[in-house]
Amino acid sequence: MPELTINLKNMTEEIIISGFGGQGVLSMGKIIAYAGIMEDKQVSWMPAYGPEQRGGTANVTVIISDDTICSPILNEFDTAIVLNQPSLDRFEPLVKPGGTIIYDSYGIITPPRRADVTVYCINAMEEAAKMSNAKVFNMLLLGGLLKVRPIATVDDVVRGLRKALPERHHNLIPMNEEAVRRGMDIIRKMN
Amino acid sequence: MKGNNEQDVVLLKGNEAIAKAAYRYGYDAFFGYPITPQSEVLETLAIDKPWETTGMVVLQAESEVASINMVYAAGASGKCSMTSSSSPGVALMQEGISFMAGCGIPGLIVSVGRGGPGLGTIQPGQADYNQAVYGGGNGDYHCIVLAPASVQEMADFMGLAKELMFKWRAVVIILSDGAIGQMMEKVVLPPYQPRRTDEEIRQQCPWATNGLGLPGRKSNIMTSLEMDAPAMEQLNLAMERKYAQIQQEEVRCECIETDDADYVVVAYGISARIAQSAVQRLRKEGVKVGMLRPITLWPFPEQQLQQLGAQCKAILTVEASQGQMVRDVRMAVEGRCPVHFYGRSGGMIPSPTEVYDKLRAIIQ
Repeated sequence: MPELTINLKNMTEEIIISGFGGQGVLSMGKIIAYAGIMEDKQVSWMPAYGPEQRGGTANVTVIISDDTICSPILNEFDTAIVLNQPSLDRFEPLVKPGGTIIYDSYGIITPPRRADVTVYCINAMEEAAKMSNAKVFNMLLLGGLLKVRPIATVDDVVRGLRKALPERHHNLIPMNEEAVRRGMDIIRKMN
Repeated sequence: MKGNNEQDVVLLKGNEAIAKAAYRYGYDAFFGYPITPQSEVLETLAIDKPWETTGMVVLQAESEVASINMVYAAGASGKCSMTSSSSPGVALMQEGISFMAGCGIPGLIVSVGRGGPGLGTIQPGQADYNQAVYGGGNGDYHCIVLAPASVQEMADFMGLAKELMFKWRAVVIILSDGAIGQMMEKVVLPPYQPRRTDEEIRQQCPWATNGLGLPGRKSNIMTSLEMDAPAMEQLNLAMERKYAQIQQEEVRCECIETDDADYVVVAYGISARIAQSAVQRLRKEGVKVGMLRPITLWPFPEQQLQQLGAQCKAILTVEASQGQMVRDVRMAVEGRCPVHFYGRSGGMIPSPTEVYDKLRAIIQ
């Protein structure tokens, strides 16, 4: 896959991440926001905080921008990361033309069909199982995202984690960094 | 107490920013009861344990009614005290708020709105504008109502609320919504300010019932009861004079690209953020559209709206309600131009595209 280059300056990326509660969707959004802060960008993180967080589907809207962020609530997105079929069904139509959909085949029965967006698949669930560590699932996804939408660097993520995590958990950062890098390797373009 | 070395940028929810700003601004006490979508205020205070650092009291009361009456008592003794809740919880507090207003007792209520009426939903709502601005309590009174539209403003308005409640001996309401409460943004927290000492309270609040009167001072009595109607009317008139002064001095609003605007959107809180996206999109398309964001809902930016009403072709008010602030907009504009309304309610919020479409329909 050719290396994608996205100008890190004068950018705005509007992302929806949606999956089952407990998959680390909200945490992943938070790490993206922290990585954005490391690049001195404006960020917003808007969760669906309703009954979703008590089981069922969870989603979060993350915006990273060089400009002031107006609405933190969106009805169309640059990038959708979908981890189950209900999420794909809901958000596939809301991706802007020319946008990006990333899905994990584990939770998807009918893959995205749109031809006007770029579709990527990442078998993060399978890879996390191979690594015998279910907890790095969302970091594999994050790696995949950063590979195809380089809105922040791996270094930003590591620095963001250092800022976000209490010091007693800093020993887990190398493992997470490894998962991000692994995620960059395993994502593949589908159309 | 911790030093002022944590001034860097942090990522916080609006509710967390309220809690952290409270003890940094030197609030003396928080009394509250959990309710979605504001529970993180009490949770964050419980995690951060400010009673171990600044000495701030944090208490989970047995109900919202108890909470507001604890705020009432703490305020009466000159302490800077607060509670936070959401729509049905704030409804329970209305009696206490009216009593505080009647006595001239300072205090802060943070109201993080959700869909109503009744228990409604837990998703964001702005249908408590009337509750905050016109009051659910009895009698002629006003609360100063601040409407933050970002996590940074959630933190900053804690300082403004402290200043205003003592300056005017008034109840201040920070009227937020579930979206601003739950979302995370970058925020710079204020440096630590020490809580006031007993001596400072003696000096600054000579009216307080704190048992700390200056020698020779008569006992202070806090009551909203007056059996003599003419005397009560005098109290009402004194309050009205104070309110008129607040209306003169404390109006705050943000005008965005209104100078040359043919069309103006009026919105506060989360709706202002959403509407601003639509305004930006129309500006890029060459339409002269601007936005007025009331920061104080009471006192309301009437003069600014009068001027805009005379200047522009139409005004659109956007709210996450069936239309409450729009009546104040219409009263201020006094028919100088048409005032349209767009709203969603019950926990649904307007989308940027919906606001854009509504504006497009008005422009044509």
